[in-house]
Amino acid sequence: MFWKKKNQPPNIFTVAIGGAAGDGVREAGTNLGQFLTKLGFEVFVSFDYPSLIRGGHNFSRISFSKEKIYNDYSKIDVLIALNDETMHLHKNDLNAEAVVFSDKFDAEDLKMFGQNAVLLPMVKTAEESNAPAITRTSVALGAVCYLLDLPFDEMDQILRRVFKEKGYEINITLAEKGYKYLEKLGFRHSRRMEHGGDKGKELADGNTAFAKGLLAAGLDFYIGYPMTPSTSILHYLAKNQSRRPEGSGLSDGVRHSSESSDRPQASEKEKTFKVIHPENEISVINMALGAAYAGKRTAIGTAGGGFALMQEAFALAGMSETPIAIAVSQRQAPATGSPTHTSQGDLKWIINSGHGEFPRIVIAPGDPEEAFKAGADALNLTWKYQMPAIVLLDKHLSENSSTVIFNSNEITVERGKIDEKINSEYKRYQITEDGVSPMAYPGTPDAVIKVTSYEHSEEGISTEDPKMVKAMGDKRFSKLKQLEKDFSKYETVKFYGDPKSKNIVVFWGSTKGAVLEAAKYLKNQPKFLQILWMSPFDTEKVAENLKNAKKVIIVENNRSGQLASIIREKTGINIENKILKYDSLPFDVVELAKQLNEIL
Amino acid sequence: MENLATSAKITWCPGCPNSAILVAFRKLVEELKTERSLKLENLVAVGGIGCHGKITDYLNINTFTSLHGRLLPTMQGIKIANPSLQVVGFSGDGDSYSEGAEHLIHAAKRNSDVNLFVHDNQVFALTTGQATATSPKGFKGKSTPSGSTEEPFNPLLLMLAAGATFVARTYAGDIEGTKKIMRQAIEHKGFSFVDIIQPCITFYDTRDFYNNHVYWLDKKFPSKKLETAIKKVTAQEEKIALGVFYKVEKPTFEESLYPQIT
Repeated sequence: MFWKKKNQPPNIFTVAIGGAAGDGVREAGTNLGQFLTKLGFEVFVSFDYPSLIRGGHNFSRISFSKEKIYNDYSKIDVLIALNDETMHLHKNDLNAEAVVFSDKFDAEDLKMFGQNAVLLPMVKTAEESNAPAITRTSVALGAVCYLLDLPFDEMDQILRRVFKEKGYEINITLAEKGYKYLEKLGFRHSRRMEHGGDKGKELADGNTAFAKGLLAAGLDFYIGYPMTPSTSILHYLAKNQSRRPEGSGLSDGVRHSSESSDRPQASEKEKTFKVIHPENEISVINMALGAAYAGKRTAIGTAGGGFALMQEAFALAGMSETPIAIAVSQRQAPATGSPTHTSQGDLKWIINSGHGEFPRIVIAPGDPEEAFKAGADALNLTWKYQMPAIVLLDKHLSENSSTVIFNSNEITVERGKIDEKINSEYKRYQITEDGVSPMAYPGTPDAVIKVTSYEHSEEGISTEDPKMVKAMGDKRFSKLKQLEKDFSKYETVKFYGDPKSKNIVVFWGSTKGAVLEAAKYLKNQPKFLQILWMSPFDTEKVAENLKNAKKVIIVENNRSGQLASIIREKTGINIENKILKYDSLPFDVVELAKQLNEIL
Repeated sequence: MENLATSAKITWCPGCPNSAILVAFRKLVEELKTERSLKLENLVAVGGIGCHGKITDYLNINTFTSLHGRLLPTMQGIKIANPSLQVVGFSGDGDSYSEGAEHLIHAAKRNSDVNLFVHDNQVFALTTGQATATSPKGFKGKSTPSGSTEEPFNPLLLMLAAGATFVARTYAGDIEGTKKIMRQAIEHKGFSFVDIIQPCITFYDTRDFYNNHVYWLDKKFPSKKLETAIKKVTAQEEKIALGVFYKVEKPTFEESLYPQIT
């Protein structure tokens, strides 16, 4: 466990690639990340970009190590500069001995970087190989392999695996040329980086992970309108959706839970699901509710602004008890804000969103593996409890990648109360002991299924009878009792660090990355408490851990300490030590470690 | 028709033409059921919010009472989930021409195989009388006490421009005529749009006017030509034409999602 190694600084290597938008910086970062993953490294790839299509400064950072790595680092060992601006913006981020690759250096650059400046003919090599300019980053990829003293054949073999999946053979040729170029120069190697064997891990970002979780839990429909940083969920699912004929079972796409547990899951591509991009977010959520009413396991995704547009229909999901799984990926707001940058500023709004009072499930995963689980749990729980389920993401989690293993076989499809015997006495809002009414869909002989945004009777007919208004409100909230009994089945909270420590560091969402990475540098290991379930809130477990703590520190990517405020509301415990960052950037590992060390 | 009624008490104003629309629809459902051309369990009625939207409470069939202006996305969600369902929507001018106009345009553009019946009484009635998108210029409502300064838009023209493949108008006061138009709409494959002109006997009473100023289109209609239909729906006539102006066959949204049902 990492905290036992506090005396040996972790051996972490960071490569940064910078260029203009349109230079293929993201792709280059992902390629290197996948390459290192297949080599057996633990990897974290971040991507930072402004809200524009061409120009501007884009950069991708790839930190890797033999040990689990939770966040990328701002200090760089190799800088790949696709333009001049990159060199100037990152000149103060270089570690000693850092190598800078560029197509050209002016006299001032050479003075600045000295021996560490390496003129790498990326553009020229690509041109000579008749390759498109965007592939020139592969020359640098090969050069990095040389620096890492990777055997040429091993590099070649793994590149073939990376680019076979992508079908861009030319990249391999360019990487080979980059490697040979440095070899011919007789350039020094960087410090030794050990890696494990290929552990069958994959590189995935939070959005892809969430989408895969939905698929593992039997997704039928994904409906979305593009909005950063949620857009890649829409893209990933749209690209992978199946449009092949389904046979006759148009209305029965849901697989039985027994199927999924007894035999291996069908591979993702064999599953039939559909992706729709309608006119706006209001249409997205109302369409999704229509599809769920007709029996389809439906999910939607958006960012804060889009979810703001969905508020009325979110309340309709609550009122009509129609299942819906929703991803909300936070970005720096209010309003359009700083659209391509991160924030945890929507938490309190999300748990209170929608007008009126109704229960909802809100899960905030902290890394891709948790996002996968949260996607699957949200879809299952929303059908089981017939209440809306939100997975709260943010830019840092949605768009940055790390090495993960997803185990779809651990996910079963929970369908909820849809197998009950349905007859002409069917009442959509029948009051039951656990608050969950049997669910039938249109097309069921003899049953009349009435769903409504008005307060209603058990039959689903509008009512203004105060007794019924109260009874139905109670019915909806009574579902929480059962859900809270089920807390033990889920990771509502998680612990890390020294379980015996009297000091507790609390965090949630994507700050998990920086916090657990910073833990590698703490003098006194605290206990870490991650809160995943924001609604319903596991008050008992949180209170029990915090009440006897000596020092409690909370780390949040927002201005007001929103989780601290929720903890105070739920437990009465006031957390005074708040480390807050609200400049639209995620926490820096080293800076955070310093701040934590000052308090601990 | 008793089994199509529910226990809900009808709360429309006595004499409200909404009741006539309800009767026309119930008659149609009975007819289709008797002919065995429709299984009742495969019928879904979706309502918006407004006086019209109360109709879902009075129909003992599958219903989804949506939000103000949002019934069309709900209808399309139901249809894509299960294309074997017959989805009809009851909306109002405030509901679909004011609040939810974007969905109206896009449902027509998409040619989703759903049927929209708009109770067009040219007024927000449930909120006690304000101007909608089809209220005439000069309309004195509670939000425009000196008279509305805006020109109304022509919903049929809008629907033709947006790509609706079935565009019709009927008059709520003519129950048989309305039933026939509803039937043709349901039988049409693709987005069917029906503007049901209707007096609001409390806030905008046009009964006398409509009773003397409507006529049914002749056999030249429905036209397959967009220009012909546009010319007709924009013609300055003393009387208001009723009937199906335009009807063409085009691939539907659901067919593109489920290629095997084409």
